[in-house]
Amino acid sequence: MSLEKILRDRKNNKKILLMTHIVLGYPSFEVNREVIAGMVENGVDCIEMQIPFSEPMADGPVILKANQDSLALGTSVEQCLEFGREMAEQYDIPFLYMTYYNIVYKYGEKAFFEASAAAGIKGLIIPDLPPEMSPDFFGYAKEYRIAPILIFTPTSTDERMAALNNHGSGFIYCVARRGVTGAQSEFDDGFSRYLKRCRKATGLPLAVGFGIRDRKDIEALIGKADMAVIGSETIRLVDSKGARAVGPYLADLLATN
Amino acid sequence: MNKQGFFGNWGGSYIPEILNRTFERLREEYDRARNDPAFWQDYTNLMSTYSCRPTPLTFAENLTNHFGGAKIYIKREDLNHTGAHKANNVMGQGLLVKRMGKKRVIAETGAGQHGMATATMAAKFGFECTIYMGEVDVLRQRPNVFWMEKMGAEVVPVKDGNRTLKDAINEAFRDWVSHVDSTHYVFGTACGPAPFPEMVSWFQSIIGREATEQILAMHGRPPARVYGCVGGGSNAMGIFQGFLGNEETELVGVEAGGRGLDSGLHAARLSGTDASPGVAQGYKTMFLQNDDGQMLETHSVAAGLDYVGVSPILADLWERKKVRFESATDGEVIEALDLTMKLEGIIPALESAHGFVQAFKEAGDLSSDDAIIINQSGRGDKDIFTIADAFDDPSWKEFIIERAEQYKTNS
Ligand SMILES: Cc1ncc(COP(=O)(O)O)c(C=O)c1O
Repeated sequence: MSLEKILRDRKNNKKILLMTHIVLGYPSFEVNREVIAGMVENGVDCIEMQIPFSEPMADGPVILKANQDSLALGTSVEQCLEFGREMAEQYDIPFLYMTYYNIVYKYGEKAFFEASAAAGIKGLIIPDLPPEMSPDFFGYAKEYRIAPILIFTPTSTDERMAALNNHGSGFIYCVARRGVTGAQSEFDDGFSRYLKRCRKATGLPLAVGFGIRDRKDIEALIGKADMAVIGSETIRLVDSKGARAVGPYLADLLATN
Repeated sequence: MNKQGFFGNWGGSYIPEILNRTFERLREEYDRARNDPAFWQDYTNLMSTYSCRPTPLTFAENLTNHFGGAKIYIKREDLNHTGAHKANNVMGQGLLVKRMGKKRVIAETGAGQHGMATATMAAKFGFECTIYMGEVDVLRQRPNVFWMEKMGAEVVPVKDGNRTLKDAINEAFRDWVSHVDSTHYVFGTACGPAPFPEMVSWFQSIIGREATEQILAMHGRPPARVYGCVGGGSNAMGIFQGFLGNEETELVGVEAGGRGLDSGLHAARLSGTDASPGVAQGYKTMFLQNDDGQMLETHSVAAGLDYVGVSPILADLWERKKVRFESATDGEVIEALDLTMKLEGIIPALESAHGFVQAFKEAGDLSSDDAIIINQSGRGDKDIFTIADAFDDPSWKEFIIERAEQYKTNS
């Protein structure tokens, strides 16, 4: 089943969906397993697993450090692909890979799609790959039925959103604000206008991420977006309180859903 | 450059979506400037009144006699204001920033020369200025940090990754995506997403334009070879553009051989065999990376050459065999520096000294009717701490210890 269809089905009996993020191999694959178990048990709808890269240009301090620490521990792309396969086999929710383009490019675009498809991965988020830069990538995405997730931002014009929409599938990732991952966002009038523009530009489900941390943030998105994305916050939580803290935190986030 | 910013197989613009609009505007402004003869006129006026352009071409008579071959000429980019070719690019981008109406500039810096030039430009044009510099480089190039701060720039030491140039670039990009509307990122070399490689090379082409005329006036015909050190590739691109397509002249780019190409501790992307095609920091080029695509640690005695990638324009010229690439080790660089100071009274920057090494290796094989040009991209006095260490200079050490004692007792 396509990623879009899976998400639409899940959305039928929920006010809003939740996607979470982990950095593979940080602090270890063991802890990744525990955290993902807690996420799935507490009703997370979709998980993006970041394959670490040495130059994570679009990430803020929390995820940057997680990337570097994971690589310092020796995390390899092969291990990440294997781990992805294990998770997709074990749990009945869609898993995506998020990484930077060099990881895919160096592995070989076709080979990477082949490996991702074999692992049961439903989508790819590559923040430094504008669609004009690799027609091949988007060709393979169709061939292997893996959704290339494209990104809208507050600086995107209506024309740009329309152009991006032509290449994306699965859902559109709407970045809530300027900047990198991890800092607070304001969900004000300007933000609502921006989400209305996003909605007009695409028929795909809208996910909103960057700076979402608590129940209040998520409630503010109900009716405006289809999915909320939690990134740095769960990493902070695991860093400070351990993997076990993730379940209760997510349960509270989704209490009104 | 084609429409997508590629030079052959290299280049492009692999940027986060948040920067799309900013890059569109930058491309528009750059195109407008390129098509406006008045812009280049403004630029050369500025460079001849604020910096020291045209910079001289010096005939190095003693070095020529010493090697007994080709006549050695040195293009003196060290005599630019702030002491390196970096000023050419920075003042040009400064004029563009004024046209775009932005009020804040940021930059990465390795050797500190680009940071220095940017801080200077910001002071002159009244921009706010933040400079990102790897922590390792802050320690290597402390005098430049002092001057940047004195000119009103904020210098942010970058503690991530290898704590050198590439990490400073990542951090500058993070700043930029957070402040796209107010801020221009003054990229320091002929790398990064389009249009930076071409735009920076355009501003630096002022070196080659002058050198072409100067060598004709002094030598009567084009040089047999032109040497330039290659970090990101901006000074080399600058001088090479004066001679590209000229059958008589061979172009030689010299990379950092560090402790040797077999040691793994170097920054030889095009002259060695350790690099492979990749995409990072917004562009496609030959990167020093492992099989997974993770960037490797690089090493050079010269902070400005200590970088994992290289200009996509040079990668294309390398692939089409229009430029030959060589490397010089840290040890060879210190020897060439020593000789140049003793024989000519000129102090090249450690980066520039890489070009001198290769020229010295080859000068004796050429005829005395031939001329060669070395691009002296910068002056070496900024490197006083590193050079003093390399020479293990006892009286300098003594002085530093005494000065430190003095600071301790007075504080
Ligand atoms: C004096 C000098 N030369 C050369 C370089 C290397 O840069 P590029 O290859 O862009 O000229 C630097 C960089 O900081 C420098 O300061």
